[in-house]
Amino acid sequence: MKLHEYQSKQLFAQHGIPIPRGRVAMTASEARAIAEELGGRAVIKAQVLVGGRGKAGGIRLAGSSEEAEELATQVLGMRIKELPVRKVLVDEAAEIQTEIYLGVANDRAARTPVMIASMDGGIEIEEVARKDPERIVRVWVDPFLGLREYQARNLATSMELPRQLWSEFARIASGLFKTFLDADATLAEINPLVITDAGKLLALDGKVILDDNALYRHPELADLRDIDEEVAPEREARKYGLSYVKLNGDIGCLVNGAGLAMATMDVIKSFGGEPANFLDVGGGAAAEKVAAALKIILADETVRSILLNIFGGITRCDEVARGILMALAGIQRRVPIVIRLVGTNEEEGRKILAEADLTTAASLNEAAKLAIAASRVEAVG
Amino acid sequence: MSILINKDTRLMVQGITGREGIFHAAQMLDYGTKIVAGVTPGKGGDWVLEGKVPVFDTVDQAIAATGPTCSVSFVPARFAVDAMLEAADAQIPLLVCITEGIPVQDMIMVREYLDRAGARLIGPNCPGLLTPGECKVGIIPGHIAEPGPVGVVSRSGTLTYEVLYALQRSGLGVSTCIGIGGDPVIGTTFLDVLELFEADPHTESVVLIGEIGGTDEERAAEFIGDQMTKPVVSFIAGQTAPPGKRMGHAGAIIEGGSGLASDKIAALESAGVSVATTPDAIPELLA
Repeated sequence: MKLHEYQSKQLFAQHGIPIPRGRVAMTASEARAIAEELGGRAVIKAQVLVGGRGKAGGIRLAGSSEEAEELATQVLGMRIKELPVRKVLVDEAAEIQTEIYLGVANDRAARTPVMIASMDGGIEIEEVARKDPERIVRVWVDPFLGLREYQARNLATSMELPRQLWSEFARIASGLFKTFLDADATLAEINPLVITDAGKLLALDGKVILDDNALYRHPELADLRDIDEEVAPEREARKYGLSYVKLNGDIGCLVNGAGLAMATMDVIKSFGGEPANFLDVGGGAAAEKVAAALKIILADETVRSILLNIFGGITRCDEVARGILMALAGIQRRVPIVIRLVGTNEEEGRKILAEADLTTAASLNEAAKLAIAASRVEAVG
Repeated sequence: MSILINKDTRLMVQGITGREGIFHAAQMLDYGTKIVAGVTPGKGGDWVLEGKVPVFDTVDQAIAATGPTCSVSFVPARFAVDAMLEAADAQIPLLVCITEGIPVQDMIMVREYLDRAGARLIGPNCPGLLTPGECKVGIIPGHIAEPGPVGVVSRSGTLTYEVLYALQRSGLGVSTCIGIGGDPVIGTTFLDVLELFEADPHTESVVLIGEIGGTDEERAAEFIGDQMTKPVVSFIAGQTAPPGKRMGHAGAIIEGGSGLASDKIAALESAGVSVATTPDAIPELLA
């Protein structure tokens, strides 16, 4: 779960990291009032959960509170990558001398958290990582010891941070690592961490991604979820614990297991079809969950045929079959459905589906070909 | 004819009285697995599965009474970490964790602890192991594989079944099948399993089923190129997944240009591995 910039920076502040003064506004007049409190000059920043805000014109500098209101009106009316902007962060404008990158994530290969820093912070950091990898410095953190002060100092010295900022930098690094740990994050980054004209460090922008599997022990963070930022099918999918990603094709896919779901998409593509979505119903899915999944796909008007590929292990085919019947009973729209059902309780599953109007397939390849053919038949009536 | 588990494996089931635990314990028992004990705190003294398996409150009690050599856990995510640590502390050499949804930071801590304790973990979020005809530990359906010379190792669950099923229909038998799990931090990796298959005299070739995310396949490719004498065939799921989209498990994320299927396939092919375009194409590449 991604947090907004303003939410991320609030977490940073709770861990002693200096952030600019400012608050979130839902309306332009609120933005004006906040800018007035800040002395007039302010930055208006769109709060949306996608990258590329700056390039889209979602970050604007206002010289006065009147201008802040005007710019906030513009930004609040924008859509950035199709997402409407519903909130803006109004921050005091900082005088920037240098932009630093500082982040923590898990290194899968090393199986420990890693802290990454660079003097070349800002929006081009990924470009820097690709072109000048030696400009990026890293320290790996022992999970039982946490980030030690000498490690933060090592980052500061190897990135050639001015000496007078070392102790302040170490404090911020330690605060960021604690944020990462305490929030059960998979990513916590400050980009940029700026050196101001006054020679102070300030976390100007930030991003935190939380581990969905750990949200149960952070109810206060789970409440930060911005459901306005989710499109309807994704919200519906999350409610039922389904993984759903909308894609551009016309063949709806309903599969148990992420690996098999991806392989099913690969097979469809290899025979010349285009998947309309990725959908993993997960392990041990009950009938209600399968029904919810099928309804999400049936509600997608770009879907011309549906491929259900279920290989029962912990999932039981009879439960899946019951879910399919539940979904079909509640929906008018008819789309050709090809089903491939194998594994735990497959006989029971097939019996339940015997009455339903479905095409059955024995193998994944056959199922994919049938689904592709069905998607190309002109709809009649 | 196998690695890690065989007909002599004495299995303990943690979380045996739960919905998944009891269902799959019954299937394992039917398959012929020697289940010697179950553990569910608070249910000690019960007997389950028609009185065939005693239940204990703690792992220590189960060990003292029954001497298991392997533990499989169906314990729910919130308690799964403790279940793994309890089994490792009791010095069970092989732990298998089926449970999905364990936080990454917990797994980092568990993995570090198990390494220090010298315990081997398969999983979490994995389907477990199957040595056809001898022993099943976990949830892989037993009827989709016959004994034989092909070793199978996979990061996926159900995709593994798909491949086993394809092998069976082509008349190819399996020495041992291991699902190592799809989470970002797991116990045993591709590399560890490849070493075991290379050393196992009854395994003649290996099928490696990978997916997008991480660099485990690349490291496996390095080992295959440098040290393996047995042929390896592979399938990588997610060849058509759009970059930057999260596809289900935490593990299957393409980030910052690494973890792409195309990179993995290139690395495997340059190590001499034949990479199949669909799971059904695997058997012919083994022939």
